[in-house]
Amino acid sequence: MIDLDMGPYAAFVWPAWAVTVGVLVAVVARCLTQARRWKRELERLEGDNQ
Amino acid sequence: MFGLANPDRFMRVTRPLVGPLWVIAAVLLAVGSVWAFRVPEDALQGDTVRILFIHVPAASLGLAVYASLGISCLFYLIFRHSLADAAARAAVLPGAAFTGLALITGALWGQPMWGTWWVWDARLTSMLVLFLLYIAYAVLRGAFDDEGRGARAASVLGLVGLINLPIVKFSVDWWNTLHQPASLLRAGGTSLDPAYLWPLLVMMTAWLLLFLAVWLTAIRTEVVRRRVLAIRARRAREAQG
Amino acid sequence: MSAALLLLRREMALSWNGGGGPLLACGFLLSLAVIVPLGAGPRLDQLASLAPGLVWLALSLASLLTLERLFERDFEDGTLDLLALGPLPDEGVVVLKALAHWLTIGLPLAAMTLPVGISLGLTPAQLPLLALTAAVGALAFSVTGALGAALAIGARKGGLLIAVIVLPLFLPPVIFGAGALVAQADGRSPGPALALLCACALVAVVIGVLAGAAGLRGSRT
Repeated sequence: MIDLDMGPYAAFVWPAWAVTVGVLVAVVARCLTQARRWKRELERLEGDNQ
Repeated sequence: MFGLANPDRFMRVTRPLVGPLWVIAAVLLAVGSVWAFRVPEDALQGDTVRILFIHVPAASLGLAVYASLGISCLFYLIFRHSLADAAARAAVLPGAAFTGLALITGALWGQPMWGTWWVWDARLTSMLVLFLLYIAYAVLRGAFDDEGRGARAASVLGLVGLINLPIVKFSVDWWNTLHQPASLLRAGGTSLDPAYLWPLLVMMTAWLLLFLAVWLTAIRTEVVRRRVLAIRARRAREAQG
Repeated sequence: MSAALLLLRREMALSWNGGGGPLLACGFLLSLAVIVPLGAGPRLDQLASLAPGLVWLALSLASLLTLERLFERDFEDGTLDLLALGPLPDEGVVVLKALAHWLTIGLPLAAMTLPVGISLGLTPAQLPLLALTAAVGALAFSVTGALGAALAIGARKGGLLIAVIVLPLFLPPVIFGAGALVAQADGRSPGPALALLCACALVAVVIGVLAGAAGLRGSRT
């Protein structure tokens, strides 16, 4: 049973959760894209060496 | 502990940790989020109690992350391990995000419960100062052309901020009793019902693990980035001479 | 000791004579005080409740704006390197520079809060306390600002950077300084707030000097 009816407080509960999800997704996405970007760069440079 | 200061060993030791951390954090986040919408409505707060499950983890993590930032700065100042600087730097973005979220969700909770978006309450004011301290660290860390110079200056600031945080908290508490606001924050929510405690603990653990996953990944990225920069610098030197 | 006195005299001479000296900071404080009634309305009873906040805002901004070049000029022309070779430890350099700033800028600013306070509707009985808290607060601002200026040596951006670094650290002195005034206005003893303000200034001196010296060392290696 999930209660998704926020009644009179929908205008506060949903934005709070939406902002949280948005910010967390942004932090995680930035973290992962940076990780991938620099890893690729390192592999490319080390590949040139050989 | 100190063996980890060697970047190679750090990378080797943390490699098997990163994946499981992400997975466990994601699972716990999903469980906690669903659970947050299964708990019964609070008698006083109604459905707004569901903001509790994001507001409290955000606020406590915002503080805890600043502590880890300050301690990383201390380690950098004492031992000059570049990994400590990387750790401090990697903590800024998630820490500022958590603190900002605590402020925003607090405002969205305060409006229906207290009838106002913001009160100059001791806790709110010190969270705002904490947010400013994150900004100050990030701004100073990025203000120098020379990486080492930025690391040294910013680590001093991070440590000073850590020392100042209790002073700010105390002074704001004192200031708040001076002005004696309506005791809004004491209305409800003093003792937590077990029905809310368990999902809250799950959410807090999930956020903590999520931070650790982001932190570790970002530190590892910083190590990789410095390797890339070192290789580039070496290539540039070879091309010249 | 003579080296310390020499540095103090040099700093005070530079700060007092160069580029307007205390006149600049005091002029800034006055101009800021003119803007407020024009914006918030001329009723003195209203202004009196705003006055402590305004005086502290003006005081912190005025000391910030003068702090920007505390180390930067000496860094650019090599004086800092010479000082590092001299007999004074880094802590001593920071103390003396902050002290000179307080004596030449902070104290005149504290004196300047008297006419500003009157013009904003404070009663003459409140003025000694205002000047006292402003003087102690200015000391805390000078040392904390010296810390910020030392950390920002050689940074790409100057003034605003120091403001963002230092303003969060200015809050405790502001709280207790303004708190003493509020307590007096409410008919209570301003003593506890005053004592806490002095404690804050002491803590600021210790932290500011140690961290400022660390910043100086960091700018060299």
